[in-house]
Amino acid sequence: MTAPLLEARGLEKSFGANRVLRGIDVVVPAGSVTCLIGPSGSGKTTVLRSLNGLEHPEVGTVRVGDVAVDWATRPDARAVARLRGQSGMVFQAHNLFPHMTVLDNVTSGPVFAQGRPRAEAQQEARELLARVGLADKADAFPVQLSGGQQQRVGIARALATRPKVVLFDEPTSALDPELVGEVLQVMQSLAAEGWTMVVVTHEMRFARQVADQVLFLDGGVVVEQGPPSEVLVDPREPRTRQFLQRLLDPL
Amino acid sequence: MSAIDWDLVRSSLWPLARELLRGTLPLTAISFVLGLTLAVLVALMRLSGNRLISAPARAYVSVIRGTPLLLQLFIIFFGLPELGIKFDPWPAAILGLTLNVGAYASEAVRGAILAVPRGQWEAAMTVGMSRVTTLRRVVLPQAARIAVPSLSNTLISLVKDTSLVAVVTVTELLRQAQIIAGQTFEYFTLYGVAAVYYWVVCLVLSFGQTRLETRLSRHVAA
Repeated sequence: MTAPLLEARGLEKSFGANRVLRGIDVVVPAGSVTCLIGPSGSGKTTVLRSLNGLEHPEVGTVRVGDVAVDWATRPDARAVARLRGQSGMVFQAHNLFPHMTVLDNVTSGPVFAQGRPRAEAQQEARELLARVGLADKADAFPVQLSGGQQQRVGIARALATRPKVVLFDEPTSALDPELVGEVLQVMQSLAAEGWTMVVVTHEMRFARQVADQVLFLDGGVVVEQGPPSEVLVDPREPRTRQFLQRLLDPL
Repeated sequence: MSAIDWDLVRSSLWPLARELLRGTLPLTAISFVLGLTLAVLVALMRLSGNRLISAPARAYVSVIRGTPLLLQLFIIFFGLPELGIKFDPWPAAILGLTLNVGAYASEAVRGAILAVPRGQWEAAMTVGMSRVTTLRRVVLPQAARIAVPSLSNTLISLVKDTSLVAVVTVTELLRQAQIIAGQTFEYFTLYGVAAVYYWVVCLVLSFGQTRLETRLSRHVAA
């Protein structure tokens, strides 16, 4: 069996006295979709942001492809940047660059960071925009788009650097409910194409239909993990059951 | 008897305009461009986590903002030669004004950089940009929009501050008015015309500020 594409071991992190990660392992095989679920404050976003070094855990290792970082050795900015270069990221608030057109947003990584020729990057960016259903919006500015369209541009931008894995941080949580579907559909089709994805989400239907594995986090630990048919349908742990119950029946 | 000598107004219009074009405006333009460059550098130094870098920047801003520009010009032109550092009048004037703009504008630039949301830095980092590239391509273009109102203030103050460089023997608009007034004893007329010139320049700059703000805000949600 080949090594998994992404492997995080023993991640620990505190914000002040608050221990948000208490020894977390995440193992992601190539071409699979992993969903991180759990209540707010469970540490799921911090785990995700540790996978590309936006957060620096105090202890633990992260390896993506053949780039590894041991957080206990306080890796320098260059090492963290190399790790970050392995992945793309989609943010909850999309974080598009407001002063650039949609096309320039998508080519920003390839052109400004990877030094690829602009014409080639634009060609590829247009294909990516078509891929997320926004071929006609290349020359628009982010402010002119709906929330769902902005998030789809965010996805195209994350894919443009040709990452090995794409990280999604609650990509639909800031959207109006009727715009959630168009973003999830794009993500579903990416999964079908074989992209490796790690997704922090509250969308249980998405997790059930698309995820290969689900990790339920609470209090900085992975309480339960497995295929969605087990974790989401027939959880072993009472805490998982409680969480799912509250999502299904908030009142 | 009228306080205004209209014939003198007409005859002094061009001599004063000439010094506006030869003195006041180039002094303003050169000092502003140099000062703004200095300001960005100083703002970045102040934002550095390294105290060896941020402390000198902080000290510079404190000293320049804490002492009168007139005094700074005296020190540059009359004081430094005692230490063997000599400047011609124009370089002395440009240096004094540039240091002044640099200090005030650096605070505006620093505030504007800090006002760019953290998510912008993070997004730039996740597409692989280095810190320098992030600053150049993502942060500074957005900071520029935020800084325009207070930088416009600095620019408009600078137009009027150029009148101080008469003390280092540079002739500009006010100095020229003084010279003609000294010969004709028509102080009210000459200083009145000079005041109108300054005001018109500042009006034009205010107009430009409004246009620039509109232009830079066109991609930002209301």
